Amino acid sequence: MNIRTLMNIRKIDFANMTPVIVLVLLCIIMSFLSPVFFSYANFVNVLQQVTVNAVLALGMSVVIFTGGIDLSVGAVLALSGIVLGTMTVNIGVSPVISSICAIFVGAIAGLTSGLLVSKFRLQPMIATLGIMSIARGAALTIAGGRTITGYSRGFRWIGSGSIPGTEIPVQIVFMLLLYLLMFYLLKYRKVGRYIYSIGGNEEATRLSGISITQYKTIAYVISGIMASIDSIILVSKLNSAQSIAGEGYELDAIASSVIGGASLLGGFGSVWGTLLGAIIMGVIRNGLNLMNISSNLQRLIIGVIILAAVLLDTLRNRIKQ
Amino acid sequence: MTDNFILQMNDITVQFPGVLALDRVRFDLKPGEVHVLLGENGAGKSTIMKVLAGVNTVYEGKIIYKGKEITARNIQEQRERGISIIFQEMNLLKNLTVAENIFLGRQPLNSIGNIDWKKMYHDARTLLNSIDSDIPENALISSLSVGQMQMVEIAKAISFKSDAIIMDEPTSALTAKEVDSLFRLINKLKTEKVAIIYISHRLEEILEIGDRITVFRDGKYIETVKAEDTTIDKLIKLMVGRDLSEQYPRVKCSPGEKLLEVKNLTKGKHLKDISFFVRQGEIVGFYGLMGSGRTETMRVIFGADSYNSGEILILGQSVKIKNCKDAKKNKIALLNEDRKNHGLILAFSVKENIVLANLDSVMGPMGLNFTKEEIISNNLSNIMSIKTPSMKQKVNFLSGGNQQKVVIAKWLNSDSDIIIFDEPTRGIDVGAKVEIYKIMNKLKGEGKAIIMVSSELPETLGVADRIYVMHEGRITKCFSENIGLTEDEVMKFATGITTEVL
Repeated sequence: MNIRTLMNIRKIDFANMTPVIVLVLLCIIMSFLSPVFFSYANFVNVLQQVTVNAVLALGMSVVIFTGGIDLSVGAVLALSGIVLGTMTVNIGVSPVISSICAIFVGAIAGLTSGLLVSKFRLQPMIATLGIMSIARGAALTIAGGRTITGYSRGFRWIGSGSIPGTEIPVQIVFMLLLYLLMFYLLKYRKVGRYIYSIGGNEEATRLSGISITQYKTIAYVISGIMASIDSIILVSKLNSAQSIAGEGYELDAIASSVIGGASLLGGFGSVWGTLLGAIIMGVIRNGLNLMNISSNLQRLIIGVIILAAVLLDTLRNRIKQ
Repeated sequence: MTDNFILQMNDITVQFPGVLALDRVRFDLKPGEVHVLLGENGAGKSTIMKVLAGVNTVYEGKIIYKGKEITARNIQEQRERGISIIFQEMNLLKNLTVAENIFLGRQPLNSIGNIDWKKMYHDARTLLNSIDSDIPENALISSLSVGQMQMVEIAKAISFKSDAIIMDEPTSALTAKEVDSLFRLINKLKTEKVAIIYISHRLEEILEIGDRITVFRDGKYIETVKAEDTTIDKLIKLMVGRDLSEQYPRVKCSPGEKLLEVKNLTKGKHLKDISFFVRQGEIVGFYGLMGSGRTETMRVIFGADSYNSGEILILGQSVKIKNCKDAKKNKIALLNEDRKNHGLILAFSVKENIVLANLDSVMGPMGLNFTKEEIISNNLSNIMSIKTPSMKQKVNFLSGGNQQKVVIAKWLNSDSDIIIFDEPTRGIDVGAKVEIYKIMNKLKGEGKAIIMVSSELPETLGVADRIYVMHEGRITKCFSENIGLTEDEVMKFATGITTEVL
């Protein structure tokens, strides 16, 4: 590898190098603790477990870059899944059309949050908390406690199949494509630049003649759409749609962004950082599983790790100043 | 005066990312003197004082204080040694009383460890009396004027038994009367052998209050002179390293068509019946005291605030401006008085800030074209002579004057024809001010319509072709020719002594 390629790697533009270092260290520790950790099978396994959180975190990151937060993603994921399931299984609509409708539902949820935040100036936390309750309530109302199951093989290919002729799971490719798309939008399109600039200084952005209402709303719509695309992956993967799906997922998504270097004040962070953040969370979960640690204790440990990561980042920034 | 130095700083070097902020500079201080530190923005004045006060702890060099070499590690330690700093932006807690602020973190305690309020207020009173101040010790900080806050800061500094007090631009927000009482206080402190380090841009007052003057330029030590042996011209020359033939360069232009016209603009109680116009190729000055409605007028024209009634015309055509986007479409630009909070994205680089208001200028077929971005911002940066190590530098790290130039560059890149400068030279040193005036003159020469809002009368008289004077939300006078005008004449209209119905 020559210097040129190294420079190009730097150009990927992680918000900072901390997540990379943390991930490498984690992998080294895990490989000592469990002999099976460093195998291709386990590697694919970890990535497969990461996809749902990673896609949710991707949308969440965009909102966080504007200085906002979206607590509704888990509930929107469930509602979109129920819409998808009801249409495909109960009504018999083709999965493609159902999926488009599911995405539409996510977009509407995001649009509502976005307008509440940008046009009516509600606190993002309050606005999306309301949407979260509405979406969860709608999902429960439509489906009750039922699990909607029984999808076509074609549809299930997304969440559990592999690319023909290879052993690469489709969902991983799907996730990576979404990340690439979002990277392009954030780095190469106006909307991306505005999202960061709103997070950096909203008033200065407005006084530069840029519509805050428009671009803030777009960020929430992106988050809503990502949550509903995520529901397609999840339903296809589990072969079931449930109204209680995605409960608490918003916390994992926020944690992935922050571990990946995004600032909750906005204006700072990158999608690759978020992806690393999601993988780091996945590796920790995987390691804890390999060590046979109970899921109750896992929750506790993950909480500690999230706090440690954020604390480390805060300290590092303070030293830099 | 003896030559016993209370403080000597030698070979102080401070390195910031990409910038050598201080390059082996020195500074010294004798007891009971006022030593002025002078220099352009970015010269390193604040940086060396932050080192001394223990705010900026990463430095090389030697500090000898009261005959002993010391290391400045934090504010508390330096304060206990007798070195206090009064920051440019005040560090008082607005919702606490004067006494609570003075004794913050070291309140006197009674025998069972509760705060001894009686003693605290008594001590505060004694302290305020000692500096001849009649500020009530139990007043909330939020009820005080900026000048009074300054007095509280000084009282606080004295309460630490400081031998050296650093004042960073203490007069920048004071009225003339408050400046007088500050100077009286400084003279009193001098008789008590307290040494003052005084940072300021105002050359006249420096000569009045200072004993010695040290000049920094571009992070380097230039010279130390005695105040009685020098003149303003000499100081300017030391600061900028070149002769300033004229502080206010004027360019003659014949104005063209009326580009912007405002008719009967009214906004609640703040703006009443504002009518004025600006032509191509002229600089129109808006003068008035604080709160006279100049900034409000400009914000309305730029679409940042709404208005009740009135008409805005561009080239004779009535236009609707509902938000800043509309204003930008009509080629109006507003350079805000508060550039840090309203003009710049501090976490963005120089180039990202420059292209922000017009991203279309860097769009390629595949989206943003970073080569184009680099070229455009490099160009504008050269035209504006922005001092920055690279286009990738975060604007946060630039000096005030350079930040202002970045904001100007941003609006030049968006092809604005009507450019409103609101206090363009606030907090900027002489050298950078002249550069800003030259840029304004250049734009005027290119046929742009320029509005300059200013609180500095000499600047308004020196730069503007025509002058509107505002008082309490009204335009009280239009001087359609700026020839032979005196400050008194303009001031009469700004204070409302004389009103002319337009």
